[in-house]
Amino acid sequence: MSVRNLPPVYNKIAQHAVFPEMNHDERARYNFLANLNKHLAHVSTGNKVAFENRVEPKFEKEHGRKIASTEELKEAISKDSHYQVWSSLRRSTMEMRQQAGRSIVLRQAAELRDKVKALNEGKDSLILDESVEVPPYLLACDNHIMPGSYHTELIEEDVTPAANYDTGLFVTTAGLLGRYSDGGGKAIVSWVKKTYPDFSPKRILDIGCGMGHNVLPIAKAFPDAEVIGIDTGAPMLRYAHARAMDLGITNVKFMQMDAAQTTFEDESFDWVQSTMFFHETGGKSIYNIMNEVYRVLKPKGLTLHIEQPQYTDDMSLFEKFIRDWDALYNNEPYWSKMHDIEPIDLMKSSGFREEDFMQIGAKAENDLDDGSQKADEPEDHGRSPIWNVFGAIKN
Amino acid sequence: MEEKIDYIKLASNKPKGKRPYFHDDPAVERVLNITMAIAGELAVMRERMDSIERLLEKKGTVTREEIETFVPETKEQEEQRQTWHAEYISRVLRIVQQEQEELENPDKSLEEIANDINEM
Repeated sequence: MSVRNLPPVYNKIAQHAVFPEMNHDERARYNFLANLNKHLAHVSTGNKVAFENRVEPKFEKEHGRKIASTEELKEAISKDSHYQVWSSLRRSTMEMRQQAGRSIVLRQAAELRDKVKALNEGKDSLILDESVEVPPYLLACDNHIMPGSYHTELIEEDVTPAANYDTGLFVTTAGLLGRYSDGGGKAIVSWVKKTYPDFSPKRILDIGCGMGHNVLPIAKAFPDAEVIGIDTGAPMLRYAHARAMDLGITNVKFMQMDAAQTTFEDESFDWVQSTMFFHETGGKSIYNIMNEVYRVLKPKGLTLHIEQPQYTDDMSLFEKFIRDWDALYNNEPYWSKMHDIEPIDLMKSSGFREEDFMQIGAKAENDLDDGSQKADEPEDHGRSPIWNVFGAIKN
Repeated sequence: MEEKIDYIKLASNKPKGKRPYFHDDPAVERVLNITMAIAGELAVMRERMDSIERLLEKKGTVTREEIETFVPETKEQEEQRQTWHAEYISRVLRIVQQEQEELENPDKSLEEIANDINEM
């Protein structure tokens, strides 16, 4: 057996009625890519070595001082051959993952649409609104280098952006989010149940819900609550709704809305949640969205936001730089700017009180983890299911 | 809206946002990408062969001779084989298509976009 952690074989992924049909070679292609991702996390460890042994000494020799900023570091390391080959391989792997996913879903676009339609037909729990515009921050570039991003429709009532996302998340994260890619939602449910055992929310809002993978564990854990997931991407919502229907979770509604301007009444939710959402917004929108969170949250209501790990003061320039690689090169540009905002300041600007602010660490709950995984594997920066969660109780 | 889409071309589309190049010469990047795609397809083939060998081992019905002399027997089989080649080549030459798409529709850099959306 390998001394390395091996990613789970692709056929371990959970199936549901709207999951795309996949043939032998399509699964094999994803097996290759998950392994390549794992391999590149090992190659990435060479960046630190190259930086310390080559890049930094060369810079200091030429400039007579240490590297002073991540910008200088980026300039210097970009000429290093190991960084170059790791970067180009990582970018290439992400492009191949998108190509592989799209070649699966686009060949069956109409069939997927029809399957989704059959499950959604006549249900009032999917509410699309054509007047909702895709926010400009999502139009500026295609996030995660997904051509067409979350919103582009290649056929009428297209669902392929969501279907592609659903097939590929398991590959990018090497299965660490579990069979339903819901390890984030499950983790937050466990934390909330443990921390607030008497909390019984009647209405829960999930903003930027995408294909609904993280809101379903919440809906399942609070079956008496009315749960609403909002997103601006119609393909995501159609697919999310059909997926939820097939998985037997019926207390969740999916509505097309911009989180910065929802149509909900003031103080109408007991819990407002987001998972890996804010780093895909924009520098002004993030404040508008948090204002909206505050507005719709009831007094004593809870809000929690799972996000990428925070930069800390004791983090080296190199670590900050390498953690930000995905921001520019896997098209998640706002992530590189969000570091300038302290979550506590973001929340205070919307009216939350400093003393009510909370920040915790969270790790995905993975139903594929059989205890055989070794802990000392190199971290796949930007992809590891280890997060920062910030939030508050509204008072 | 068209119901029939050119899924082979669309699957290899470039995403919006200028593609970063990490090597001094972009030609190196191009060749590396093509090579990695071929590496991937070789891995796929290896996994398929592994499936076949294991199944043959289990059932023991096909001989080497039959495999060596096999040619497509129907029009459908011919088309299936040629479609596979078309998909294969598009997949392997993805970067060439994407560079052409960039040439046709130049993008802003991600740094510029980050600054833009920081104002959005």
